[in-house]
Amino acid sequence: MNLLRSRLVQAALILIVSYLIFQFAIRPPAPFSVLSLYMGIVLLAVLVYVSSDSDSWRAFLRPMHATLVDPGKRALRLALMIVIPLLLGYYAYTQAAAKPQAPPELRAVHPAPPDTIQFRGKDFKIAGGDNPLRKDAAAIPKHVAAGGEIYVRNCMYCHGDNLDGKGHFAHGFNPPPANFQDPGTIAMLQEAFLFWRIAKGGPGLPKEATPWNSVMPAWEDRLTEEQIWQVIMYLYDATGQQPRRWETAHGAH
Amino acid sequence: MVGAGLVLAGVALLVTALPAFAQEAAREPAYRNFPWIGSRLAVWAVAQLHLNFAAFILGVPIFAVIIEIIGWRTRDPRYDWLSHEFVKLTFAAFSTTALLGALLLFLFVGYYPKFWTYMTSIFFPTYWVYALLFFAETFTVYLWYYGWDWLSGSRKWIHVSLGVLSNLFGTAILFLANSWVTFMVSPAGVDESGALKGGVWAAINNYAWMPINIHRLIANIVFGGTIAAAYAAFRFLGARTDEERARYDWMGYIGNFVALSAFIVLPFAGYYLGREIYAFNQTMGITMMGGFMSWLWIIQAILIGVLFIGSNYYLWLGMERIPGSERYRKYVPPMLIILAIGFMVWATPRSMVVTLDEARAMGGTHHPILGFLGVMSAKNTAVNLMILTTFLSFVLYRRANRVSQKPWVKTGMAVQWAVIALAAVIVTFYGVYGYFVESLVRIGFSVYQVVAVLAAIVIVMAIDIPMFKGARSTGVIRWGTIAPRSQYVLIILAVTFTWLMGLMGFARSGIRQHWHVYGVLRDTSAEAVTPALGYAANVISVVTLVFFALVMFIFWLGGLSEKGKAGAHGHVAPAIAGGSEDHG
Repeated sequence: MNLLRSRLVQAALILIVSYLIFQFAIRPPAPFSVLSLYMGIVLLAVLVYVSSDSDSWRAFLRPMHATLVDPGKRALRLALMIVIPLLLGYYAYTQAAAKPQAPPELRAVHPAPPDTIQFRGKDFKIAGGDNPLRKDAAAIPKHVAAGGEIYVRNCMYCHGDNLDGKGHFAHGFNPPPANFQDPGTIAMLQEAFLFWRIAKGGPGLPKEATPWNSVMPAWEDRLTEEQIWQVIMYLYDATGQQPRRWETAHGAH
Repeated sequence: MVGAGLVLAGVALLVTALPAFAQEAAREPAYRNFPWIGSRLAVWAVAQLHLNFAAFILGVPIFAVIIEIIGWRTRDPRYDWLSHEFVKLTFAAFSTTALLGALLLFLFVGYYPKFWTYMTSIFFPTYWVYALLFFAETFTVYLWYYGWDWLSGSRKWIHVSLGVLSNLFGTAILFLANSWVTFMVSPAGVDESGALKGGVWAAINNYAWMPINIHRLIANIVFGGTIAAAYAAFRFLGARTDEERARYDWMGYIGNFVALSAFIVLPFAGYYLGREIYAFNQTMGITMMGGFMSWLWIIQAILIGVLFIGSNYYLWLGMERIPGSERYRKYVPPMLIILAIGFMVWATPRSMVVTLDEARAMGGTHHPILGFLGVMSAKNTAVNLMILTTFLSFVLYRRANRVSQKPWVKTGMAVQWAVIALAAVIVTFYGVYGYFVESLVRIGFSVYQVVAVLAAIVIVMAIDIPMFKGARSTGVIRWGTIAPRSQYVLIILAVTFTWLMGLMGFARSGIRQHWHVYGVLRDTSAEAVTPALGYAANVISVVTLVFFALVMFIFWLGGLSEKGKAGAHGHVAPAIAGGSEDHG
């Protein structure tokens, strides 16, 4: 019990338990980049915890101080002098050694769309553009049904029959196909943004979305403008998501 | 201070000569190249330095005058001394700000003549107003500073009025300069060719103007507070006597208190600004939040997390010098846990840096569970709970050495806890509910969250102030006995805030991408490319270092005048050790 009262042991325990939680309780496993971020924050919090009053801080430092100067701890001191550099060296090696795996990469998840695009030779406004098929409310079910058919014929193989990005081919691709059920994808975007992504596909990604390795085809060669709007309507309808809208009050500014 | 006068004269001359420059510019090249580092870097560095100094000299007088008023009404000379001390810092930085402003103007005129000619064609009338306001501001601050002894006693109200007036002039200057900057981001009042359609007011009152005005005004107070606190920390660490330590401990505490009070509302102002930028142009909004600038917000989250934890840590360390505060130590671990979890949520990226194997295991770059923490619903909830926790820290600090004597104290405290809990429940409820509604509705939820937190702050304070009026003291605050590591925290807070300001300035400016004036005047120079985040962070780090080197030099210069004068000066510091009980 006495050992548990030691501030140093408490700090070490908090770090170990936090690491075990982050490493094993999160499924699928959190990427290393996020794990290190979380551990960095826990380390900061632990240091604040042990040093937020002077008694605690002294108690935290005492065993370290004793290890450094106490004549009776010579053996431990020597062991640490060997073990710590070795651990650091091992860490440096793991970081510097060449791995067969490609290095981690970062993609801009929602690259900014251009203001206008060329769609089959005509200018097409993306910024602030609306889905023209929504004007006639009575025809919406018809368009959604047509969109469903287009989806099954063209999109399902990658994006999945549940629209969750787990289609037949999905496992072969990096980056994987978008998961439309995720509230962070189409629910965050306007329909015009989707139009741009569907029409221009992977080849039409802007520079900021490097490394441009999305295999999404540019559907403008295969689908008409109406078909693209229809499939967009289907995506929202089938997932129960709403396209992003913008406040209209600002229009008068 | 002769320097400032010279700069003013130079600026005035330049302003009168601007039409001639404008004519000349028509025959000039659009750009010239600044030697060695290039024009953009030169303008960037000088603009950022100018902004840092300007934020300091505009922010500090706001709370300096409030402190002076407190001293005047309570007849407590410590506050008058402190206010004078703060204005002294401002005064020392005044001419450097003006010099950097003039340098920035020279760089624009010399290296970006096409851009400057265009800006002049829109904003020329405002240059005159700016120059006049600058004169008025300078002389009012001079009078405020030099007239401290002269306008004391029965004439103190005149002196306080001068302080208020200098703040009004300062704020007007800030608003005017903001109109130029925000016009570049969200131009208004111009036709397709970029020519002014009607009056200049339409160009001034553009989309981002008022949000930036509010955001910068609040941020300036935070910045001024942190720099003043860092100055106090610097003096504390170098102090030779207990009395000096006590004085600068107190000054650091007030500086940090000011910064923290304003910092609590700063995220709301920032959110409003971001929202207006989205409303102006969604491409710009997406570039900023979801596009290539999105990782900037992860860095921002880390820095703001450091600011939150640092500020709370300082308060907890400060409680050690208050007898009776031991009662509240047990609240530190739970508060720290909330702050740490909030920090993690805020710093969790939506799109993660992953290896191929990790992406496969996760089924994409979005983690199926952690991905939920990457969107605004989670982040707003986290930041609101962190603000609430920081407020709680402050409330506990405030009552650390006081025991209320009111008969209704139990009820009062119960209501306070209930209000805080209710605010936390509202914030969490709307945070979770936000996942089930469309984005337009979700954005509206953030307002409910903010209102819940602000209402809780107001209600808790409205109960706290009468509840602890005439409270029994458990001992006086032992100013100067705070652990020295707390002073390093104050310095870290100032550096972090300065760095953050530079980074956010890069976001504000960088979202224009290859435009000088977004969608109106294109940047056709060789340096039109928007720099990568790593490069920008390096530039801002160097600028931050230069800023602190200059600040230390200026403060050192300011300190020189004190040497050998102690006792002779009218503002010799009053004794503070032992402090009063009622300014927690």
